[in-house]
Amino acid sequence: MIINHPILGPRDASEFTYLGDASLLNRPDWQAADAAEKFYEYQYLRDNTAGEHRELWYHEQGDRSWLVVTRNTLTHAISKVEIASDVARAGGNGR
Amino acid sequence: MGHKGWGPQWRNPEPKPHYDIIIIGGGGHGLATAYYLAKEFGQKNIAVLEKGWIGGGNVGRNTTIIRSNYLLDGNEPFYEFSLKLWEGLEQDFNYNAMVSQRGIMNLIHSDGQRDAFIRRGNAMILNGADAEYLSAEQVRAEVPFLNFDDARFPIKGALAQRRGGTVRHDAVAWGYARGADQRGVDIIQNCEVTGLRIENGVCKGVETSRGFIGANKVGSCVAGSSSRIMAHANIRLPIESHVLQAFVSEGLKPVIPGVITFGAGHFYVSQSDKGGLVFGGDIDGYNTYAQRGNLPTVEDVCESGMAIMPMIGRARLLRMWGGVMDMSMDGSPIIDKTHIDGLYFNGGWCYGGFKATPASGWCYAHLLAKDEPHEVATAYRLDRFRRGYMIDEKGVGAQPNLH
Repeated sequence: MIINHPILGPRDASEFTYLGDASLLNRPDWQAADAAEKFYEYQYLRDNTAGEHRELWYHEQGDRSWLVVTRNTLTHAISKVEIASDVARAGGNGR
Repeated sequence: MGHKGWGPQWRNPEPKPHYDIIIIGGGGHGLATAYYLAKEFGQKNIAVLEKGWIGGGNVGRNTTIIRSNYLLDGNEPFYEFSLKLWEGLEQDFNYNAMVSQRGIMNLIHSDGQRDAFIRRGNAMILNGADAEYLSAEQVRAEVPFLNFDDARFPIKGALAQRRGGTVRHDAVAWGYARGADQRGVDIIQNCEVTGLRIENGVCKGVETSRGFIGANKVGSCVAGSSSRIMAHANIRLPIESHVLQAFVSEGLKPVIPGVITFGAGHFYVSQSDKGGLVFGGDIDGYNTYAQRGNLPTVEDVCESGMAIMPMIGRARLLRMWGGVMDMSMDGSPIIDKTHIDGLYFNGGWCYGGFKATPASGWCYAHLLAKDEPHEVATAYRLDRFRRGYMIDEKGVGAQPNLH
């Protein structure tokens, strides 16, 4: 697989490590009344989608940026690559 | 006479409108479940629904290794139960599954690893399994072709389980399928489950590519695709689907006596009775439902093979393939009821499902028949992540691609 890094251009997937579903960007509010349940769901449950999947990749052998890659889990075709901090900020989670 | 007069090993029935128990998934685990439900738990009126054909899923895509060399109390009794069932399986279902207890050897490369493996061996023995510590000299006497004096990964010994070995994987599916069929189980192939009919919190049956089929109890048994089936009941699972690649070399004369695993990387190898070296390593490490992987993992597996067994570099690769795994959040499986009455779940086998086939079937049959877990499967609860009772052999936490 080739990941088209938004800054560095096309890079082989072997330069990256994989974390998981991009929902991991959406850390629950630890002060909410239902925080225990929300953290259980955040930590352990996954949609595990067959099809378009947004996921976190870390460019460990490169610029050490975190990316959100949209990839089809049935075909491995990558349709979109974003900088994770941009995605987090757009979702109101970034600094 | 030659090979003449062979008939089909099981019927090809039309689905009935209603069954007592429907098993979704005609893989090794699903067929074993149906077989033991009929044979050991007195159940009748059972169907196994398979979206493809018998033997076409993960039961035909594994590296055929059986063993019971686990550490934790939640796991080891279960896997030892499974190994004991393997030992009697061919007599039990009267089918030649080529169960071969040629032994498994986990290589040790450091002092810390020796301590960990000796601890594991003691845990195995405490649970009634066999385990044996081998010094480097003993390993060298048995498998002299390994790379003992490698500067980076010297071989300092091994943990051996002599009762481990290999089994002809296809024959496991065929033997269980024939045995279940002979006891009246309907094995329905080319029948994909497209929905679960749930009314007022009770599962009434399954929607399939061949119409609705009613059931008192429905058991999902589709590791690799568990999330897709359970999504029909709006259940999110502690599971990611990943691909594991496996490889076979050209046929060679007998060279590897048992199963050998590399303790410093991730590599395991045995030799099939046809002569091919059967080997594999890590999963690719990203979510996928495609039954194929990518080349960086191929390179990694071959490098690991070269590190412990340089002679493997002279063998040519014959074929390679991928199978889709349920990678669970603690690396251990799930056999449990769900919160929906009549809906049961078996999955999360990671890449250790093949060796578990007989015990998985037996314990799932126990649960489906009696509505209580078998004594060796009590830890495999679906809610253990919420309650904090993970069974994490590797101790790497909720990161499925590291298990």
